Amino acid sequence: MVETPEVPARRTQEFFLGEGTFPQPEATENLLVNMGPAHPAMHGVIRIFTELDGERVVKADVEIGYLHRGFEKHCEAGPYNNAMPYTDRLNYVSPLINNFGYCSAVEKLLGIDVTERCQYVRVIMSEISRITDHLTCIGATAMELGAFTVFLYMIKAREFLWEVIEQVTGARLTISYGRVGGVKADLPPDFEPAVRSAFRETRTVLDEVHKLLTGNRIFVDRMKGVGVLSREETISYAITGPMLRACGVPFDVRRAAPYWAYDRLDFEIPVGEAGDNYDRYLVRMAEMGQSMRIVEQALARLPGGPVSVDVEGRPLATPAEYVDRGKLGKTDGLLLTPLRLSPNLRGQERAAHRTVNAPDKRVVLPPKADTYGSIEGLMNHFMLIMEGFGIRPPKGEAYFAVEGANGELGFYVVSDGTDRPYRVRCRPPCLPPTAALPRMIEGSMVADIVPTFGSVNMIAGELER
Amino acid sequence: MDGHAILARLRERFGPAILETGDHRGDHTAVVDRARLAELLRFCRDDAALRFDMLMDLTAVDYLKFPGRDAGARFEVVYHLYSVTEGHRVRIKVPVEEDDPVVPSAVPLWAIANWYEREVWDMFGIRFDGHPDLRRLLLYEEFVGHPLRKDYAINRRQPLIGPRN
Amino acid sequence: MGVGLGGFFTGKLDDAIAWARKYSIFQYPFVTACCGMEYMATACSHYDIDRFGAGLPRFSPRQADVLFVVGTINHKMAPVLKRIYDQMTEPKWVVAFGQCTCTGAFYDNYAVVQGIDTIVPVDIYIPGCPPRPETVLDGLMKLQEKIAAEKPRT
Repeated sequence: MVETPEVPARRTQEFFLGEGTFPQPEATENLLVNMGPAHPAMHGVIRIFTELDGERVVKADVEIGYLHRGFEKHCEAGPYNNAMPYTDRLNYVSPLINNFGYCSAVEKLLGIDVTERCQYVRVIMSEISRITDHLTCIGATAMELGAFTVFLYMIKAREFLWEVIEQVTGARLTISYGRVGGVKADLPPDFEPAVRSAFRETRTVLDEVHKLLTGNRIFVDRMKGVGVLSREETISYAITGPMLRACGVPFDVRRAAPYWAYDRLDFEIPVGEAGDNYDRYLVRMAEMGQSMRIVEQALARLPGGPVSVDVEGRPLATPAEYVDRGKLGKTDGLLLTPLRLSPNLRGQERAAHRTVNAPDKRVVLPPKADTYGSIEGLMNHFMLIMEGFGIRPPKGEAYFAVEGANGELGFYVVSDGTDRPYRVRCRPPCLPPTAALPRMIEGSMVADIVPTFGSVNMIAGELER
Repeated sequence: MDGHAILARLRERFGPAILETGDHRGDHTAVVDRARLAELLRFCRDDAALRFDMLMDLTAVDYLKFPGRDAGARFEVVYHLYSVTEGHRVRIKVPVEEDDPVVPSAVPLWAIANWYEREVWDMFGIRFDGHPDLRRLLLYEEFVGHPLRKDYAINRRQPLIGPRN
Repeated sequence: MGVGLGGFFTGKLDDAIAWARKYSIFQYPFVTACCGMEYMATACSHYDIDRFGAGLPRFSPRQADVLFVVGTINHKMAPVLKRIYDQMTEPKWVVAFGQCTCTGAFYDNYAVVQGIDTIVPVDIYIPGCPPRPETVLDGLMKLQEKIAAEKPRT
């Protein structure tokens, strides 16, 4: 008879889990989960390494760099205006602010001022851009929390604003509208009614979103008290913009160091209290209302009145024929020929040119009518475009800060006296909040990472340049 | 506080360590000797009159190809400081030699210096003494070189890296 | 294809499968940069990619069949892209959305991949910086033609 050894009684869990001892509570391990660069969040590419104890985040680390495109190195390669398309792609949801910020930094280096009308135009276009940024941010955050309708509404409102931007600049997103010394072209004649109708739609959408989100139990539960960062830490992390204002610090570059026409306009700085995601959402919603208020005031005070680019009843030439005649040397009468230009080129005519560009010949390209119609204009154009010539600020450096949608967007430009910038540095407003992201999510649940990351509004183009 | 008053206060406290001051285009700047940089930054943050509680930006400039600066240090690390309470700004610059590119870290003073210094290390190769975790920020570890240096060509190709966990 | 009546039925079956495939595209939007904004615009109410059957993004490569690579891919991101592509199951297609994915655009530098066709095989190139939603829909329709032209069996 074979002796069967005595089998010790095993607990039920051990039996089902197989060999080995059942782990005691003190001997559990934390799980390392990687919210990798390819993730469903609509904000940007980022990798968040989390160490999880169940659902709670014990430690987190953020890795960026998945969209580094060498912006600063590219700016050094070409003349000053060549940097414009690169600046569009920095914060690509509010590209006009980046354009104008860079132009203002170079203008500061040159020591020139832009015309008053140009200042108002820059204010108007920047505020419209700020509204599109906040719409995208809140829309994407809401979608990640499950409110897909809000996203559709916000993007619908954004489309109306993009149509307005397209009328002015010619493009929806990557507009390259700013130029050192001014803007590419003046506002089209029917700008004001277009803006008013776009704002009507935007206000309707914002009302609907308020009804859907602001008192919504689920939204409030997921956002209130989540992602809190204390006031001292926010300042120590150099966080500016809506995140700092949600902590109760009323710092806004438009008020602290006014630029363009902001000192002549009346607006409020919405400020929160708790520094959590819900307050950041409320601050952004209030800022959109304030931006619309600023644009309406600026439109009312726009100096120079409506720019008259109507053609008189003479036989018209298309711009292509005009250019060909000029190149062939048939220049008599060319200066007086009226043209019918496409709506977004109309603002580049001679009459409009002076109203938005600084009167500095060494910096601003002459209007096309002068370039093709007179030898002085041609020489001026040539001197600004050819390599080695062009905009040549004196040796030195300048830092200019504008209020981007995420906070202080600073451009630090170093010039060596040639026509290429020696160094262009963009101070990205969303780098500090992303650096503070581990601080904000440590101790909270995995599901809280999503709204916190959404309210940081990390735009990878700006973060990693 | 007025910019001139800020620079005067720094000069009064640090004397010969302030190599140069200036206010080109209204930006008040002080060029500081590296030896007393850590002390100066702490003074800027803690002094009751200055109260620079925000390190707005930390970057560097490579002066290798700058016309007329052949004699000086190759790099300059630039700090832009801002005070939320007072509302004033200052720029602090520190010249750094090419053969000894080390600067004391500002991480004990401002939390954001952690990432700003990692970026400067990544792009320029300037080390920060006292930084807890100095690794690349924007580029991957296998990357060779420091791209924003002037002797790095913009279209230099790097080998593609394979998938990794 | 078989001959006679059998060939007729298999031909119709192939057409049916092709029709089903092209009107039920489950896209994996691999969004990195600015093109993502135009992708959002195409997916939302004004331009509505859903009327083409491609409205449901699947954020898992196992469940998707078209990989929309939207936005600049740099060398740090490239291995991730390759891995996602490898994880997708057949049949799969790749759409290079935006100039950066087609050729690298004006980012001819140390960090950016000069066209994702150096890493993954691309079926449709949609140029533009960023492409207008109409261009994206045009590209999507060309993708549908391409899908329809593929023979599902043999």
